[in-house]
Amino acid sequence: MDILTWTYILVGLSFSLYIGIAIWSRAGSTKEFYVAGGGVSPLANGMATAADWMSAASFISMAGIISFAGYDGSVYLMGWTGGYVLLALLLAPYLRKFGKFTVPDFVGDRYYSNTAKVVAVICALFISFTYVAGQMRGVGIVFSRYLEVPIEWGVVIGMCIVFFYAVLGGMKGITYTQVAQYCVLIFAYMVPAIFVSMQLTGNPVPQLGLGGELADGTPLLDKLDGVLGELGFAEYTAGRKGMTDIFMITLALMVGTAGLPHVIVRFFTVPKVKDARLSAGYALVFIAILYTTAPAIAAFGIYNAINSTSEKEISSLPVWVSNWQKTNLIAVDDKNGDGKIQYVADPETNELSIDRDIMVLASPEIAELPNWVVGLVAAGAMAAALSTAAGLLLVISTSVSRDLFKTFKPEISEKKELRIARIAAAGAVLLAGYFGVNPPGFVAQVVAFAFGLAAASFFPVIIMGIFSSRINKEGAIAGMVSGLVFTLAYIIYFKFISPELNTADHWWFGVSPEGIGSIGMFINFLVCIVVSQFTPAPPQSVQDMIQEIRIPRGAGKAVDH
Amino acid sequence: MAKDSGKMKAYWRKNLKTLFFLLLIWFLVSFGFGILWVEELNAIRLGGYKLGFWFAQQGSIYAFVVLIFVYVYRMNKLDKEFDVNEE
Repeated sequence: MDILTWTYILVGLSFSLYIGIAIWSRAGSTKEFYVAGGGVSPLANGMATAADWMSAASFISMAGIISFAGYDGSVYLMGWTGGYVLLALLLAPYLRKFGKFTVPDFVGDRYYSNTAKVVAVICALFISFTYVAGQMRGVGIVFSRYLEVPIEWGVVIGMCIVFFYAVLGGMKGITYTQVAQYCVLIFAYMVPAIFVSMQLTGNPVPQLGLGGELADGTPLLDKLDGVLGELGFAEYTAGRKGMTDIFMITLALMVGTAGLPHVIVRFFTVPKVKDARLSAGYALVFIAILYTTAPAIAAFGIYNAINSTSEKEISSLPVWVSNWQKTNLIAVDDKNGDGKIQYVADPETNELSIDRDIMVLASPEIAELPNWVVGLVAAGAMAAALSTAAGLLLVISTSVSRDLFKTFKPEISEKKELRIARIAAAGAVLLAGYFGVNPPGFVAQVVAFAFGLAAASFFPVIIMGIFSSRINKEGAIAGMVSGLVFTLAYIIYFKFISPELNTADHWWFGVSPEGIGSIGMFINFLVCIVVSQFTPAPPQSVQDMIQEIRIPRGAGKAVDH
Repeated sequence: MAKDSGKMKAYWRKNLKTLFFLLLIWFLVSFGFGILWVEELNAIRLGGYKLGFWFAQQGSIYAFVVLIFVYVYRMNKLDKEFDVNEE
């Protein structure tokens, strides 16, 4: 059977599975809609968190980014995993003990202020929307590439699927479909990686293959350093960015991960504080499987790509090169007319351009695997995109129905609240779909900054809300606003107002806009502490609450107080 | 709440000590070995890897996983010791 038939079969099967699960796990109450009834096992929650976390970008693009960035790609690997340590140690257990449904809930109660809560809602909505628009676009691209339909149709199909299980099932439906999606995506990611690793290094474990030796006995990474050096590129294992910048970007990504509302909310779904800690551990195990494989795929991919094209006759290139030339992900331009490809660092004489997404998408073909593996990778990429989109849509709908409606109209009935949550979810799906079809130019750029904004706004006030009983509402509001405004201003200045100045010479302390969230975070901490010193301490009831969330006993299931 | 507050203070202090120790390792394996001292460590080899590069792209992630499970184990023991565990 050909690739397209296999793709239709495997994608169709995986989608029917998700819809089946959604029907089976419909939400009947607000508690089920918001936190899946609070009865999810730590293992299932860990898997769901991993699927929620790993987006189309992690699945398709990350390995390719590392291929071309080499050591510098480490910022994503460390940044997007190290945040889970912060989450497990500093946030998850205490927020679980606090026992409500959302991050703005916590901010509102801990800082005894609806103003603080509304600021938190705005941050949550802003972060989630920029993120989800990118996901919807990702869904559309994956669909169009594999099913050979226009991107617009891809987005619409994706919207219908997400609509079905997010609106119907709420958190309960999402959690159990995400468990299935994790299994699909990790299987699809690992199969080609294992085969390519065997081909190149003879070791079936990609994590070991990366440190393994090629057939001629040279270690893969040394060979790669040498080959890239000869072509005029920087060495694979050496850094190109400044050390300060690498440090700050890693920090911003780590802290941002721990501050993302759609990740934090997952830890409200488990029954106990103990489970929240454990479940963060499981989540990281499941994430680490993909994140330790990605650098291996990256190195194998760039090595294979150079090896099978550089200085080779254009007329006798392997089949996968011409296959992907059709999609414009690989482009060949014989500038000096010698009939061979010169892949070099100098853009004037370079004759080959490779899109980073090729490293994952073409890996089954490079390894000469059967057609069903290509279909499997398609199903995996869609699982990754859909699971993340669904998780984000839930945060948006919860923010609207619970954090906005319920705060200002506390008397609405449970049934009505559930209806508003569903309408909000439906509205969010439509809006996200609209942005997926008509992507505003800024979306792609802004997604990466969602982390910086989460780092500069949420993380400090949640941490201090737990670990200090002196921080008060004035400090928290001033901190959140100053962190957010500073980070946003820096990003807007360098990305939109004066993009021509966006170079290391003009950055403050050599920190790029990607890493500025770290500085925003320090500003937030500082402002928060100073302002709190000059304003009255929080009332006794809040002081008691802080003591209460610090000990695990008496958590009970997440309840609506 | 309102158990004996001296005991709760001791529990919290021990918790903070655990956190400090674990976060120190967290910082060391990623920001330390993977970024600040990566050049120095790259002089040492681990199979086909340079050690600093290995920490940045593999080792730090393994260490993160271990840290969380050590934390879970430590805290479960601490909760029992201070009689604040669930059920």
